[in-house]
Amino acid sequence: MGISVRNVTKRFGSFVALDDVSIDIPSGSLTALLGPSGGGKTTLLRVIAGLERPDTGVVDIAGTDSTKLPPQHRNVGFVFQHYAAFKHMTVFKNVAFGLSIRKRAKAEIRKRVMELLELVHIEHLANQYPGQLSGGQRQRMALARALAVEPEVLLLDEPFGALDAQVRKELRAWLRRLHDEVHVTTAFVTHDQEEAMDVAGRIVVIADGKIEQTGTPDELYDEPSSDFVMGFLGPVTRLNGRRVRPHDLEIVSPSTPDAVSGHVARVVRLGFEVRVDVATDKGEVWVQLTRGDADRLALVPGAAVGVRAAHESVVGPARAATQT
Amino acid sequence: MADNSTTTASRLGLRIVALAYVGMILLLPVGLLFWRTFENGVGEVWDQLTNPAAVHAFRVTLIVAFWAVLGNTVFGLGAALLLVRHRFPGKRVFNALIDLPFAVSPVVVGLALILVYGPNTSTGSWFADRGIDVIFSLPGMVIATIFVSLPLVVREVVPVLEEIGDEQEQAAWTLGASKRQTFLRVTLPAIRWALAYGVVLTLARALGEFGAVAVVSGNVVNKTQTAPLYVRNAYLNFNQQGAYTVAFALAMIAILALVILNLVRPKEHT
Repeated sequence: MGISVRNVTKRFGSFVALDDVSIDIPSGSLTALLGPSGGGKTTLLRVIAGLERPDTGVVDIAGTDSTKLPPQHRNVGFVFQHYAAFKHMTVFKNVAFGLSIRKRAKAEIRKRVMELLELVHIEHLANQYPGQLSGGQRQRMALARALAVEPEVLLLDEPFGALDAQVRKELRAWLRRLHDEVHVTTAFVTHDQEEAMDVAGRIVVIADGKIEQTGTPDELYDEPSSDFVMGFLGPVTRLNGRRVRPHDLEIVSPSTPDAVSGHVARVVRLGFEVRVDVATDKGEVWVQLTRGDADRLALVPGAAVGVRAAHESVVGPARAATQT
Repeated sequence: MADNSTTTASRLGLRIVALAYVGMILLLPVGLLFWRTFENGVGEVWDQLTNPAAVHAFRVTLIVAFWAVLGNTVFGLGAALLLVRHRFPGKRVFNALIDLPFAVSPVVVGLALILVYGPNTSTGSWFADRGIDVIFSLPGMVIATIFVSLPLVVREVVPVLEEIGDEQEQAAWTLGASKRQTFLRVTLPAIRWALAYGVVLTLARALGEFGAVAVVSGNVVNKTQTAPLYVRNAYLNFNQQGAYTVAFALAMIAILALVILNLVRPKEHT
């Protein structure tokens, strides 16, 4: 079940936002749609919600062909980046909105709304107006509002994008826990790879209106199918022309057989990690060390060193090339 | 210290200039009107207000204002939604046309309406054949008033609609609300104060409209004479007490509507 998108194309004028996109979002999963801005991930989310109509293709939600259904009848919960709170209603009325549209009994609405407000920890704010809430509280209210109608799928568009860093981190952890409790099929859009890897069980990388790769955070990080995914998911440097992650490199003595020799250009301490730039014949390599390793090596600029992959198995491109 | 005192002095000077300006242009004339109205006592005022021709003029004015406000509220709301929420060919022209009544003198509006609906025109006689006189009767006066006050509701509602955006409406859709439910429960409450303000401004404009109505109404006493026309007639016929009294009453109705709106409107909402 879950969500199935088949061959969806969406154009805005001459701009192709989605180019023959097909993805599956398994029932009960927590999936991140990750990609750079303008890559089409929000459009994909809006197509699933019925807020945009695709030019071609099929959207299937929980086994129902929903391509032509209006958003009212898709049974999706949608959370907007800027909350889209109903400003003239109290928090209680906001969360109760979908239920009152469905003409549920007053007592039932009251019970359900209070349960949800407790779930998102804002039950004490029930009679406040959205304008009196902080950004994080507003976003939790928006989430409770979307969950109130027991949607088949929950869609979140950059849900933490408008929040400051500290609140964002808290809400991430909280969304993960919430998903463990509620188990609703969830897809959220983000351009932050750290957020995607932190929260999601599955990641779909989208760029230029196309799906780049789909997989678990580990699969994407360790076995990227393209240079783009490798570069987008984490830091990349070049050793002997091959793309590697800086933390997969180690510094050894220059005479070590399969090591590339060079000399230390810079040593930068960034808290617990140390960034070492090594100048080799084929350009500069960035090696990321822990503070302990760096201290043991006692690196100083100008010192002759060798650089090699710490464990051959995780070097990306060669393996990725044979895979695809 | 020197800096501080000069800024204080210049700020004070600016305040006096602003107050004097408003005083000379607004407060003094209205204040004098008030004084002249009541200078011969409340009994005189009451006599003038209950004079049959004045009562009739007020009734005509209120009828015309009611229909003009109703027409412009419905049109204004529709036009604002169309301009902000929809794309259509000719939108820019439509948007510019809405401001036309502000650019055209009301007298010109009246003359233009006579050209279209006058008794000797084809449109006018088409209506006349069906028993409807447009010019020199209420329909023409209502049309003229609608014309001159057309932009007021639209221009109040459009910026608020733009500011609230369409995400609240989309959120309502995903929660199951139909377009009608969304309009009634989400859009309308969000714009209600802008709409109310537009309605009050339209009312004020409709109550006071003189030029366009003067041309199309024919100014027949006890028939098509509105309150502003009555004021002018009374003044020209040396009934200054009558002119001041009715003018004062007209001003009070509009001011009262504005004051009431500002009192009931919560501060944090727009």
